[in-house]
Amino acid sequence: MRETRGFKIYRGVVLAVLGLFVLVPLYVMATSSLKPLKDVQGAFTWWPTNLTLAPFVDMWKTVPLAKYFVNSTIVSVSATVFSVAIAILAAFAVSRFKFRGRTVFTTTVLSTQMFPGVLFLLPLFLIFVNINNEFGLQLVGTRLGLIITYLTFSLPFSIWMLAGYFDSIPRELDEAALVDGCGPMGALWRVVLPAARPGVIAVAIYSFMTAWGEVLFASVMTTEANRTLSVGLRQYSTQTNIYWNQIMAAALVVSVPVVIGFLLAQRHFVAGVTAGAVK
Amino acid sequence: MSVATETAAPAPAKPARNRSRLEHRPGLNRWLPYALLAPAVLLELFIHIIPMLVGIWMSFVKLTKFFIANWSAAPSAGLGNYKVALDFNNAVGEGLLKSFGVTVAFSLITVAFSWVLGMAAAVALQPEFRGRGLVRTLFLVPYALPAYAGILTWNFMLQRDTGAVNHVLEQLHLSDGDTFWLIGGNALISLITVAGWKLWTFAFLTLMAGMQSIPRDLYEAASVDGAGNIRQWRNITLPSLRPVNLVLVLVLFLWTFSDFNTPYVLFGTAQPPAGDLITFHIYNASFLTWNFGTGAAMSVLLLIFLMIVTGAYLLVTGRRSRRA
Repeated sequence: MRETRGFKIYRGVVLAVLGLFVLVPLYVMATSSLKPLKDVQGAFTWWPTNLTLAPFVDMWKTVPLAKYFVNSTIVSVSATVFSVAIAILAAFAVSRFKFRGRTVFTTTVLSTQMFPGVLFLLPLFLIFVNINNEFGLQLVGTRLGLIITYLTFSLPFSIWMLAGYFDSIPRELDEAALVDGCGPMGALWRVVLPAARPGVIAVAIYSFMTAWGEVLFASVMTTEANRTLSVGLRQYSTQTNIYWNQIMAAALVVSVPVVIGFLLAQRHFVAGVTAGAVK
Repeated sequence: MSVATETAAPAPAKPARNRSRLEHRPGLNRWLPYALLAPAVLLELFIHIIPMLVGIWMSFVKLTKFFIANWSAAPSAGLGNYKVALDFNNAVGEGLLKSFGVTVAFSLITVAFSWVLGMAAAVALQPEFRGRGLVRTLFLVPYALPAYAGILTWNFMLQRDTGAVNHVLEQLHLSDGDTFWLIGGNALISLITVAGWKLWTFAFLTLMAGMQSIPRDLYEAASVDGAGNIRQWRNITLPSLRPVNLVLVLVLFLWTFSDFNTPYVLFGTAQPPAGDLITFHIYNASFLTWNFGTGAAMSVLLLIFLMIVTGAYLLVTGRRSRRA
């Protein structure tokens, strides 16, 4: 593309329109979180006239937000740790070994990503109930059930992306490690993993995002005790009031860590997402 | 560093060619790959594959609230659930057909909308300019935001009396400012806007990364031959992006067709008919009316539909399933 005058005008228009499209909701979220309740209940204003930090204080009391925050953090961090660890092992197998069933494995695992969640939500729910009846292991309404469920959501993509990263690491490196007396696991741990660190970080952030933002299973599989943020934020709408300023404040607080993490890792993430499509 | 320089790095695992020496100890390595895969396989089996099979079985039994406590003893329904779901003259079948229609419209428009915006932005950001990194980062924020946080904000903006959308429309004299966006016929427009707001940015990052891998000299040669930007886009960019587009459009379609978050957070549990997306319809049919058998039959029908679409798409585009 040459930077002709026409192109510069085109770019200006596109950036202005899309910039507004992206920014306006973010602006509304941020400014509404600084308005008193009566202001967000009246006609919309662009500029908050009665600036207040009260919503950021009150939001913890209106709804047990801290509890939901803890639940979401425990669930998402655990799901991420297990998902990444399991994906590393599987990706190592896919990338470095020739074995029977390899293609079947990759296609099956990847095609599970195609299934809409609602398809296995009901059966999984019933299986969890049965496990509780038979073995006394409570999965519905516990964090454990959510952790196990969530970690499988990001697993296929993580395996695919990590296998790609591992492939880009020269095999001579792990061969050298083998010659030096490492076993295959030693080669993975000491050579492949350190070289693939950007990929591991990107996959971890993806897993965390998946778990942190999940709504469907959280709405069915949780009870008041283990409610996560995605469902808990609904409770700012009561019979009498909708606390929009507190909703926006909570939405902001809930988003900031994820957005920062994602933006820090974005180039690795983008690389991973697109590798399959570009090559 | 830019996205550009990174995209070349990882490639999908290639079939067995230059195998490493890891295989030089056959005794150990015969079982090692399976041991490495075991956790992933077991979990996928437990959470995805087995529930899927149970779901198919469920679609053939009378799984109403009377049998839910002891669901494995539910009596057979034969094809009964499918007959109910596909009988477009009764309420259940009619509802399914309507929500299917809504979902097709939603999905096609959202994919087109997201693709056009993503392409427009990717082209605009192709040449280097000051602030390019900043713009790109900004454009990625909707994707990074937890879905429900973004949708809740839109929900607030689409409120009739207190929302920003009606306020803007009134100021621009485009409407009198009391349009309902979350109930009635406008619900579909709202759904498309909100889903598109999040999705176009994924289209953008995929297309932009795809453009980075197009050799520069193609454009230079075209410039020498006197081709303008529009012709360069049509004759170089678009054809070069074909493989990227094939995957991108399929992924966007599968995502939008099975979108649950957007209707659920935007409308709550009472979705307007004009915005009654199919996954949410199935969810309601199952969990509000406790008619799990019919819900399972609807799910299986949805799966069959998605598989047919995917298969046909891959066949038509001549791309046997790659690893995406």
